Amino acid sequence: MQLALTPEEAAFRDELRTFYRTQIPAEIRDRTRIASEANRDDIVTTQKILNDHGLAVPNWPVEWGGKDWTPTQQQIWLDEMQLASVPEPLTFNTNMVGPVIAEFGSQAIKERFLGPTAALDIWWCQGFSEPEAGSDLASLRVTALRDGDTYLVNGQKTWTTLGQYADWIFCLVRTDPNAPKKQAGISFLLIDMNTPGITLRPIKLVDGSYEVNEVFFEDVRVPADQLVGEENQGWTYAKFLLGNERNGIAQVGRTKLRLAEVKELATASGLLDDPLFAARLAEAENDIVALELTQMRVASGSQGGKPNPASSVLKLRGSQLQQLATELLAEVAGPDALPFDAGDGIASPQWAQHSAPRYLNYRKTSIYGGSNEVQRTIIASTILGL
Amino acid sequence: MDFQLSEEQVLLRDTTRDLLSRTYDPESRLRVVNTDLGWSRDVWSQLAEIGILGLGFDEDAGGQIEIQVVLTEIGRRLAPEPVVHAALVPGALIAEVGTAGQCAMLDEVAAGQRLLAFAHSEPGMRLPTPEVATKAAREGDSWTLSGRKNPVLAGDCADTLVVSAALPDGGTGLFLVDAAAARRQPYRTFDGQRGAQIDFENAAAEPLGEPVDASTAIGAALVRVSAALCAEALGAMEEALRLTAEYLTQRKQFGVTLSKFQTLTQRAADMYVSLELARSMALYAAMSIADGNLDPTIAARAKLQIGRSGRHISQEAIQLHGGIGVTDEYPVGHYAARLTAIEHTLGSSQDQLHVLIDQLGDYEVVSI
Repeated sequence: MQLALTPEEAAFRDELRTFYRTQIPAEIRDRTRIASEANRDDIVTTQKILNDHGLAVPNWPVEWGGKDWTPTQQQIWLDEMQLASVPEPLTFNTNMVGPVIAEFGSQAIKERFLGPTAALDIWWCQGFSEPEAGSDLASLRVTALRDGDTYLVNGQKTWTTLGQYADWIFCLVRTDPNAPKKQAGISFLLIDMNTPGITLRPIKLVDGSYEVNEVFFEDVRVPADQLVGEENQGWTYAKFLLGNERNGIAQVGRTKLRLAEVKELATASGLLDDPLFAARLAEAENDIVALELTQMRVASGSQGGKPNPASSVLKLRGSQLQQLATELLAEVAGPDALPFDAGDGIASPQWAQHSAPRYLNYRKTSIYGGSNEVQRTIIASTILGL
Repeated sequence: MDFQLSEEQVLLRDTTRDLLSRTYDPESRLRVVNTDLGWSRDVWSQLAEIGILGLGFDEDAGGQIEIQVVLTEIGRRLAPEPVVHAALVPGALIAEVGTAGQCAMLDEVAAGQRLLAFAHSEPGMRLPTPEVATKAAREGDSWTLSGRKNPVLAGDCADTLVVSAALPDGGTGLFLVDAAAARRQPYRTFDGQRGAQIDFENAAAEPLGEPVDASTAIGAALVRVSAALCAEALGAMEEALRLTAEYLTQRKQFGVTLSKFQTLTQRAADMYVSLELARSMALYAAMSIADGNLDPTIAARAKLQIGRSGRHISQEAIQLHGGIGVTDEYPVGHYAARLTAIEHTLGSSQDQLHVLIDQLGDYEVVSI
């Protein structure tokens, strides 16, 4: 056992630390540090810089731009990125559809999509959830019926994050409505968002933000060569994807920065001298340290190819701590949290005006990516044997 | 960064686990706990044979990772032998500041033939610090101690006491005292372990090493005890959760096993989360010490998490069992008792939080 990084790992960390702070423009990192919403241009600019240096998709196979890194190196790459407030590569591209295409796609589909996906020349969105298929994803009902060289797609997807920026959508569709098991008739289909028959409708969230959408498909004709892998094998690919989705979902680095921000503002306002508040902050810091160490254990333990069972803790606990940080920031804001986008003459600072909306927005983190109740069910069944 | 045990460490773990699971089932453990001594001299000898009683001060025996591994097994079986309090921690103090002549007794300790205790805690002391009220007085070359120590874990059976006392010229010194030279009032702790209140009235004492301030060594000893307790708690939590999960798959109500009720299985999953967070922090404490970093902040961080996780797991383990969880006959309540006792030893969670609060302003981003 050895807590410290090896000299090689420390050098690797230092190299990335310098890279992020010198190669990613400071104004992008400043915006990301305080932003509550994703900035499309900043994400694109950053991913292109990363991709030009071979750092956008280290988790992919080497022949498609990946790095043959250890899990610990992957973790350092992500942690340092978060600590430097660098916008992460678009997860729909790099953690979701990219690895699925690389693993299961034909050579033609790999050559067509993987390059532009890594470079973010294609902005992907995720077409999984439906109004009647949330946690019970396999009950999805969007149909794709084969008709000559095309699939005819009908139905509705929802909770499509950042769909308003998307060029393409990767969808789970039902290609065999008569399959004996609901998991068996599902396929993984790539669809150009400009195809006739697709309508996007924004869903306004409780904080006033616009980040998710409904997507309607009405007699949409999709070329059959945009099917990934084999027909009716989509559920297998989806499970593979959801396993990767947990990469980085704990957001340890970002939560640490949020807590540092809370501390800085609470110091300035004098709230840090209140022992009740100080106790909550100190406990939150301890919680994030415990999660970080757990993440390190998972990273170092997955080298044998078998995931560490503690990995299921990361999403569950990571989401709780992201939420806790937003609660603490709103606490620091106090009554200054009440005004919202109230104009220049108002004394309540901008960060305070956005603290409560962000708190409300972050209730999403324990719902998306497999709700925390789904995570508990996984822990209970696969780890505890219940 | 490497969280794997070496082959030797795995062997030590398995040997300890075998010995203790052979020796202690819930019934035989209760029998031993209810004897006057409260633990087994026979098991003590076997622990000595494996080399466990010299861990940390006998260089051949191993260091903090070995202690971590062994204490986790002790926690798993709730073995009552006072390995930490009667051997490892006072032994490490003697090894660190004692003279060559004094260190000679460590061979007897490692062999299981001499019992020690670290008499440091005093009435009114919550989070142990090196400052104490017990006073050391010098007359010529001889020293005497006066004051009260309580609770002294394993103080009931110790042959030799390592005692902290305020020096006449300031600072806290360490002294060896023959247990017979002090007035001992032995007792049983609520979780079945043993301790004593010890009063010194001009008791003859021998300085451990030079009669100089030993605050650093005392601080280090406290960090060591804390890490060892965290390791022990980890084993206890692991077993409490295992027992609970097993019970949920066996106990039937409403015609089905309890594992069919999501209100119970979801809570068991949360216990697992608490367990894994505790494991991370217990390892953090042990690995830091193994790296030579005896940092009281790390000890406080680990013990805070262990306190929170221990509270959560022990309460839920009892609740998910139902009434049988609060009986003497069934083991899960005893795990809860031990975890509660550990939370009350060397500073509660609230006391640890005070350590962390005092340092909040010293850094921007929290880091490992």
